[in-house]
Amino acid sequence: MNYLYFLYIEFLQRHNIPKLFGDITYYIIPFCIIAAALLVVVLGLVLVERKLLGFFTQRKGPNRVGWWGLLQTLADAFKLLCKENITPCKVDRFLFNLAPVLVFIPMMTALGIIPYSSEFTFVNTSTNVILYLILAAFPVLSIFLAGWASNNKYSLFGAARSISQVLSYELPMTFVILSVVVLASTMNLTGITLAQTSLWRFSGWFIFPGFLGFVILFICILAELNRCPFDLPEAESELICGYNTEYSGMRFAIFYLSEYGMLFANSLFLAVLFLGGYLSPFGKYFFSSSFLIYFEQAFWLFLKASIIVFLIIWIRATLPRLASFDLIKFSWAVLLPLSILNLFIAVIIKFMGAGLCF
Amino acid sequence: MTITTLKLNLGPQHPSTHGVLRLLLELDGEKILSCEPDIGYLHRGMEKMAEKLSYIQYLPTVDRIDYLAGFFYSELLCRIVEKALGIEIPEKVRVIRVLLLELNRISSHLLWIGAFLMDLGAVSPFFYAFRDREMILRYFEKLTGQRMMYNYFVFGGVRRDIDFLEEVENIISVVSEKLNDYDKIITENPIFLRRTLNKGILDKETALNYSITGVNLRASGVDFDYRFQDCLYKGFDIGTVVLEKGDAFTRYQARTLEIKESIKIIRQALDYLKKSAKLEQKLVNPVNLKLPEGDYYADIEAPRGLASCFVRSLGEKEPYRLKWRTGSYYSVNLLRKLLVGEFLNDAIAISGSLDIILPEVDK
Repeated sequence: MNYLYFLYIEFLQRHNIPKLFGDITYYIIPFCIIAAALLVVVLGLVLVERKLLGFFTQRKGPNRVGWWGLLQTLADAFKLLCKENITPCKVDRFLFNLAPVLVFIPMMTALGIIPYSSEFTFVNTSTNVILYLILAAFPVLSIFLAGWASNNKYSLFGAARSISQVLSYELPMTFVILSVVVLASTMNLTGITLAQTSLWRFSGWFIFPGFLGFVILFICILAELNRCPFDLPEAESELICGYNTEYSGMRFAIFYLSEYGMLFANSLFLAVLFLGGYLSPFGKYFFSSSFLIYFEQAFWLFLKASIIVFLIIWIRATLPRLASFDLIKFSWAVLLPLSILNLFIAVIIKFMGAGLCF
Repeated sequence: MTITTLKLNLGPQHPSTHGVLRLLLELDGEKILSCEPDIGYLHRGMEKMAEKLSYIQYLPTVDRIDYLAGFFYSELLCRIVEKALGIEIPEKVRVIRVLLLELNRISSHLLWIGAFLMDLGAVSPFFYAFRDREMILRYFEKLTGQRMMYNYFVFGGVRRDIDFLEEVENIISVVSEKLNDYDKIITENPIFLRRTLNKGILDKETALNYSITGVNLRASGVDFDYRFQDCLYKGFDIGTVVLEKGDAFTRYQARTLEIKESIKIIRQALDYLKKSAKLEQKLVNPVNLKLPEGDYYADIEAPRGLASCFVRSLGEKEPYRLKWRTGSYYSVNLLRKLLVGEFLNDAIAISGSLDIILPEVDK
């Protein structure tokens, strides 16, 4: 139990509210916070992506609704909310409706286990990393459900491609995460962050011993998120819209929301594993009061994640899509051996003594 | 165990069929076992319509046969009429037509580059290509009043004298500069190379058997460019691009190189036009225009292959029969052969590389 928990219980006891109530709500409140924060983050992310893609392709991007187009995604979300939810007549109704619900769960949970600051992790277990690994692969289940239940050939193709993609990229991802676990000697994400503290600024970040791992994990995350150049499951020019072809209205919006939520969660995860998480790149914090430090820590984490998000959008603007056969070959023939090599390097560095140069 | 195959109906409303082409695919997994193109969703009765309209009434509609290269088709119809009446067009009109045709070819190829990369999943090149094409369209709009359906060539000449030549100069210098940028973002891109190299190889024999013309044929190693025989291009120094391999990448390369060749032709035309005097032309009076009895035929090297027009006239105000030959029609037929044995996402790349445009197929 951490600092925030005691603060919360103390606050409740001061108002004569039983501890049991606090014990229960302590785990519910974070999810409400996430749900609220998520909407803001996703709306912002979609706007940023559209703006950046606009700049990359010499356009202005959305600029009509609100100042600088700031309310554009809000308007889009509102439009999607108002639209009719069409359930085509030949779909498997139960699974068709279940898929958008299921896609939401892993994303919310994944955001809950990220350490935003030294005292601010909603779910802090000793094996956060494993939990994250499972959650990252989980959305593919609902993608498959959506593709299967839609009773549409294009959706089915999208779902099948998604499955094969995630299956082949899961293994290198696991090896890379294993190398981080070896370097940090812990499976707790807060522990991994703290293991990256060093005497001089950012020299302790795992990106330096594990640059290879960072690149591999970045590629794997692109594949896991179905982002360009691995966007085969929803390849617009081939499969129209892939697994969510038949979805409309709010159900489509939920898929969209979870896609961007997962994008952000994965960027945070990558920042935690390799870029020192909430640690300041200057080695010390600007604020000294303990309360403001939490915000500064969260700020650094968000900044690092934003850089990764920017990279992902940049790649989307630059690269064409891979062929499906190349995609799987690339994972098994290139990424897997390299990730094992990366693990080997990590073990050697650990064996030589972590304090040698970092 | 019996192998069950999946019938996939690709189109007619599909983002990558460039219009309304319907492909009936038989798939084993993602591998294509057979492909049956189904055309006719954009049929507008272009040929039948001609039989009811006089020549000058029909002239504005021919731009719509290929909306990306409208000049070529109005040039064909004008040439038929000029041939039938035995009119020699003035030298300056000829050069103006060459200039506009080649600019049109560049704009058509630029759009193809964008659409092809869009098929491969790259978003940005589409916008870059459209940005460069936009300059050409703006120029056409200034000159003819229309961005796509120009209706600028008339029987015996052009509607008005050419103008804004410094803008053409600007366009060709910008386009030839931007082509290097395309090389950086497209040609040097390893994923692009993986997706196009050795994909959809069209050998010489097949290309000739399927009556493929234009860039697709020249990318397969056959040196056939109608511009060399075309009297319109007389006096111009024309370079043609003949490449050997015949895969999707070669077709891409051939198109980009052809843009460079077109730029050279435009430079020559510009040199002539800058020195030339004011345009003097004697237009045919289109009212009561009757072609003498007989069969007339004309060819032109359009961006998507050889385009031809055949007219049988019985001495009436309207033709008895008018027939168009367009390059894309034969490329669609080729899909039947090229797509078999390919994966679905390669199939999209291959059909994209053939530069099929449906209004030209369905007419």
